[in-house]
This record gives sequence, C-alpha cells and structure tokens, in this order.
Amino acid sequence: MENKIKKVDLIFEQVDYLEILDRSFKRTQDEIILDIIDSGLRGRGGAGFPTGLKWKFAKNEEADQKYVICNADEGEPGTFKDREILTQVPEKVLGGMALCGKSTGASRGYIYLRGEYNFLLPQLNAAIDKFHEDLKNMNFDFTIEIKSGSGAYVCGEETALMESMEGKRGEPRNKPPFPTTSGYLGKPTSVNNVETLVFALMIAKEGPTKFKEMGTFDSRGSKVFSVSGDTPKAGIYELELGMSLEDFVNEFGDGDTKAVQIGGASGFCVARKHFKETVIGFEGIPTGGSMMLFNSTRSMYNILNDYLEFFEEESCGQCTPCRVGCQQLLKGIEAVKKGNRPPSYLDELQKLSETMKIASKCGLGQSAPNPFNSIINNFREEIIY
Amino acid sequence: MTNIEELVKQQAEVHGTTRESLMPILQAVIRSERFLSEDAMVAIARELDISTADVFGTASFYTFMDTTPKGKNIIRVCKTITCHMKGKDAVIGALEDLLKIKLGENTSDGKFSLLQANCLGWCHKGPVMLINDEVHPEVTPESAVEVIQGYLKQK
Ligand SMILES: Cc1cc2nc3c(=O)[nH]c(=O)nc-3n(C[C@H](O)[C@H](O)[C@H](O)COP(=O)(O)O)c2cc1C
Ligand code: SF4
Ligand code: FES
Repeated sequence: MENKIKKVDLIFEQVDYLEILDRSFKRTQDEIILDIIDSGLRGRGGAGFPTGLKWKFAKNEEADQKYVICNADEGEPGTFKDREILTQVPEKVLGGMALCGKSTGASRGYIYLRGEYNFLLPQLNAAIDKFHEDLKNMNFDFTIEIKSGSGAYVCGEETALMESMEGKRGEPRNKPPFPTTSGYLGKPTSVNNVETLVFALMIAKEGPTKFKEMGTFDSRGSKVFSVSGDTPKAGIYELELGMSLEDFVNEFGDGDTKAVQIGGASGFCVARKHFKETVIGFEGIPTGGSMMLFNSTRSMYNILNDYLEFFEEESCGQCTPCRVGCQQLLKGIEAVKKGNRPPSYLDELQKLSETMKIASKCGLGQSAPNPFNSIINNFREEIIY
Repeated sequence: MTNIEELVKQQAEVHGTTRESLMPILQAVIRSERFLSEDAMVAIARELDISTADVFGTASFYTFMDTTPKGKNIIRVCKTITCHMKGKDAVIGALEDLLKIKLGENTSDGKFSLLQANCLGWCHKGPVMLINDEVHPEVTPESAVEVIQGYLKQK
C-alpha cells in the first residue's frame, strides 16, 4: 500500500535562529508580515486564525507599548506537542516571539506556561537569559518573561489568559475588542500558540513557498500531531496537512480502530464508517494536534462521560448556558444510562447543546457540544444501553 | 512578623505590588506552604492593598491554589481519558493502600496529599502523575508505589 502520510521536519529541525533573526531584523515589518500572509500559515492553537493577518492588525495599532504572548497553556486533553517543542527547541520559540515583536512593534514578550509544566522553568529561564544576551549583541530591544498558570484549562483561551496574567480570575472577556486592539493591560497584543511561532520563524528562514506548497488550499503546510490512545505508535509527529482520516488510521491505528477523537475534548469524534471521507484540516475537521484513537474494546459512554466531566469541572462558570449546560449534559447521560430518563431525553439534551453553541461566551462552552453531539450521533446505542 | 508575612513581603519585593504580581506571589506561597492559609491571604491583601476577599476570589479560581491544608508533597494523578484508559484507577488504588488515605485526603503525618488532575500533557505516556512539580510518566501501580517509597525514605 502506498504510504500517504508525509512526515515533515520543520519544527524540530536545528537551525541557526540568530542568523534568521539577523536577516529578518534588516527587513521591514511589512516584508516579514507579507511573507507570513503569503505562506498561508494559520494558528496552530486550534482556532486557525491567519497568523500574518493577526500580526498586521497588531502592527497597524498606534500604542506606546505592545505585547507578544506565547500561549503555552496546552490544556486540551490529548495535546502534548507544545511541551515537546519547548523542551527540544526552546530557542526557536523565543526566536518566533522576537520575530513577532519586530513585525508588530512590540518590545515585550511573555510566555504563559501552564503550571503542570513548571518543571520546564529552569531550562526555559536559562534559554531566555542566553537569548537576551544574543539580542543585546544584535542591538534589538526585546525581552521575554515567563508567567505561570495554576491549573485552569480555560486560561488557554487568549482573553482569559490575559486576565490571569493581570492577576485576576481567568474569566474570558467579551470579544471584540480583540487582543490585537486591546489585550494585555489594554495594549495591542498578539497571542500565538507555541507551534505557530516556530513555523513563523521557519517561514522567515525559507521564504513562504516551501510552506505554501505543502498541504491543501485551506490548510497549508504541516502540523505537529499528538497521537495517543489505542495505538502502537503513541507520540509526536509532524505531518503534512490535508490527509484523510483513513490514511491516518492506517498509519497509526492498531488494526481495530473504532473511532478517533480529532481536536481533543473540544473536538469531534469520528466513527469508522466516516474515516474515508474525513479530511484532517481546516476544510474538514481541524485539530490543535490532538488525535485520540479508540479501539473496539472501549466504551463510548465512558469516553463521553470523561469529556463531559472535564468540561463541567473546567467551565469558568461565568455564563449560564455553559455552566448549567455542561452540568446538565453530564447528569443527562448518566440518567439515561441508569434508565431514570427515556432514550428520547438525549434529543432534548441535543437541543440544549445547540443553545450552548449559540449562547456561550467563549470557545469552551461553544465547543463542549462537539464531542457530545458527535458521540451521540455515531454511538447512540452505547450511550443508552 | 510571622514567617508567612515575611515570605509575602519578600515576594512582593521580587515581584512588585501591582495587581499583576498577585499570581506570582500566590504561586510562591503555594510552592513553600503547599496551600494558602487565611493568614497568608490577609498578608498578601495588605501588601498589594486589595481586599482579602479579592485575593480569595482569585485564588479559588485556580485548581493548583488550595485554600485547605495540604501535605508536604502533593501527588496528582491524571484522570483524563487516555490515562483513564491506561489504568489510572489501579495506580490510585495502590497509592491509597500504601498511604492509607482516600483520594482528596492528606496523610496524618502531613507528608502527602493524594489528588486527581485533568490532562497533564503526557497522554502518550499514561498513566501519569505529578509529585509537586516532578513528572512521572508511564507509571504502573508497582512503580508508583516505589516512587512514593523513595520520597518516604529521603524526606
Ligand atoms: C477553552 C479554550 C482553551 C484554549 N487553550 C489553548 C491552549 O492551551 N493553547 C493555545 O495555543 N490556544 C488555546 N486556545 C486558543 C486561543 O484562544 C488562541 O486562539 C490561540 O492561542 C491563538 O494562537 P494561534 O493563532 O497561534 O493558534 C484555547 C481556546 C479556548 C476557547
Ligand atoms: S463559555 Fe464557559 S468557560 Fe467560557 S466564559 Fe462562559 S462559562 Fe466561562
Ligand atoms: S490524559 Fe493524562 S496526561 Fe493527558
């Protein structure tokens, strides 16, 4: 069988990042940003906003201070690639931040590192110290500081993240205004995922063409995947985007894959009968990298129960559709399983989940219905009996 | 000045007394005391010139900022889906037997707390546990017990 999975090595490749920065610092902001726009790079943290555009918005703001934030909160279940990137190539992440600083006119950068990754602090701080020396030698005014999280998934949401950095409860803000207009301390801020920043640096190194030629029209380039669950090959892989789920399962499955959860707890569950037509990418099912495989020994009820428990615990409670909705979905499937509610109650819960999608304030409450609906639609019997 | 007041004061000197310093100060107290006592929160509030309720309100938002006493070593076993599939329940059972406590409790000598956490970012190597900031991936009930016995010996 032809191997349709294409492995790529851009993220973890060792590069002379100072040479890339030195070259970039001599270019104009617009030149750098145009390359990023042209490459088609979209954010790797999940939402997929075009990175070049985000930088352009931040650049166009007039302000006495602007900020760059590297989002290293990585709380989505099934995602562990940012930890690996920060471990193996921290200097490339810092380089990406400085590149964003140059492009947007920001002189201060922050890494928001989840508390679960505190063990990385000594090595990251050492890398930052060295980086500051290097920047000083290049006469470039940019400093980076780490801010730690303390165990809250919702703080990965960019506005909650900034609230947390400001010393408050990590409750998402209303958008607009978007962070590029009014972000950290009310100043224009570009928040980027760890992996996005490294790709930006690599695009500055190679030019946009190489990146653009990989992947599909909607999903350019490659992406780092975190593969876990029932697979003999659990781990981290950089793959070209746009493959079908069938090809993915042929490569990573254990021969008995019944379903794959794409995009973590907030993503979608795809059943075997749909593997062929499902594309992994922004035109199909997007993912921040999380790919969890389940084989036929697994109970989809237990899996859904775990996801809903996760959301019920991690909802910040600020808005009712999400706070109450997550509780009711969880209680609801328990009641149907126990026979305290008829199977038709699932239809009512699905209506509730539609309300949550529309009425929740942030991505958490808007996407908790994703695993719920996709698992109920594909595995209804397993939830009931 | 009590020890805790001194610690807070010293941290305020490092991190400053603006609102943005609240998280780093809370985190430093947690690192040293493992939980936030009322005294600690009062001291922080005074240092930053905000209300104690505000300090408590902020701290209570974050899972890793406990406001009830905790053991010297906090064990957090990941409970999320892939670790669940790979046997976190057996690991927790073995630790409960070893420490003679239930999930959520502290040992009577104050050395350990046993807790669960959501995904710790090591799903390809589940089950995973954190002891304070230290990660232990791919644990079995046996290896988890050995790790804790190691802690019992040294500390
Ligand atoms: C509940 C929630 C959690 C999130 N967690 C993360 C995260 O851990 N890391 C991340 O990069 N983005 C996360 N995001 C997305 C961010 O809000 C933001 O879109 C992203 O950091 C932007 O960077 P990118 O454009 O490079 O992807 C989360 C969003 C939501 C709604
Ligand atoms: S959707 Fe949920 S997590 Fe988001 S703001 Fe509302 S309650 Fe908080
Ligand atoms: S599910 Fe346990 S580390 Fe991710």
